[in-house]
Amino acid sequence: MIGILGRKLGMTQIPTEDGSMTAVTVIEAGPCTVLQGKTVEKDGYTALKVGYGEVPVRKLNRPLLGELRKVLGERETYPARVFKEFRVDETWLEKFPPGSEIKVEEIFEEGERVDVQGRSKGRGFQGVVKRWGFAGGPRSHGAKRWHRRPGSIGQSADPGRIWKGKKMPGHDGNRTVTVKNLKIVKILPEKRLILVKGAVPGPSGSLVVIRKANPRQGKEVNA
Amino acid sequence: MSQAKIREVEQSFMRSDVPDFGPGDTVRVHVKIRERRWNPKTKKMEDRERIQVFEGVVLRRRGGGLSETFTVRKVSQGVGVERTFPLHAPVVERIEVIRRGRVRRARLYYLRGRYGRAARIQEKR
Repeated sequence: MIGILGRKLGMTQIPTEDGSMTAVTVIEAGPCTVLQGKTVEKDGYTALKVGYGEVPVRKLNRPLLGELRKVLGERETYPARVFKEFRVDETWLEKFPPGSEIKVEEIFEEGERVDVQGRSKGRGFQGVVKRWGFAGGPRSHGAKRWHRRPGSIGQSADPGRIWKGKKMPGHDGNRTVTVKNLKIVKILPEKRLILVKGAVPGPSGSLVVIRKANPRQGKEVNA
Repeated sequence: MSQAKIREVEQSFMRSDVPDFGPGDTVRVHVKIRERRWNPKTKKMEDRERIQVFEGVVLRRRGGGLSETFTVRKVSQGVGVERTFPLHAPVVERIEVIRRGRVRRARLYYLRGRYGRAARIQEKR
């Protein structure tokens, strides 16, 4: 699905027609430059390779610089902080030739549903209550050192081992999370901003990928 | 910088026609109400929009920017009714200031326990 790279700016709320307020995430989407169109003949599949985030020439290595120059010509900065491929069909390859810029308003419209992917905030090594939502033990009634413990983690001689994938303490957060089917509340093309209903993974300022949602998948979240 | 951009976005949703008013003032809030009702002429259910006026004393204003709200209290048929409106919501069609009251605090919660003469507010001059 076609998409765009952006930066999560933060959240706010905006008024709706019925007098309530809607929580939205403000994302600065793009500028995203198409670097390459992958074709079935050459690559075995079709996709758009895009670059995001300007990087000055002095910070780029020679091989990469050569590739970028071929597409974009001589420049002082190149969109090379992040590269991403979007698997798309041929019509999109024609619409966005190498060197063109993908703009939010060209691929999305207000009211449409999108999937937003980001890297969640790292929580460090966490116990089972925070990491998996276990209930823990009683807080009082004689409970002693049994407030946030996981309880039993298995059976007895049969099976005589712990099941793989058993939910246990460990590192939480700082992984790629996709939130599906978020509604686009508003697009502000002049500011390159997109307002999406609900929350998006990661801290403010972090990279997010916005993709068209799979129309066959699920209903609108936070509708 | 990102915060500044969010402020900008909020700014674009804010309205500029909010009159200057505060706690103690008597205001008339014109609220847009959408309703589906039976139209006897066309014999169909129709969406209709009408304006309802809510008049009362402003108890408080809270929050800032786009999320600011204000609470209006009135006594309707002997029952105290309070409504809180988002200041910038499009459902608030218009706010009219009827009377300016002289009060000495920002939150007039003490009015809730009073009625009649005790709930009077002196007019500001």
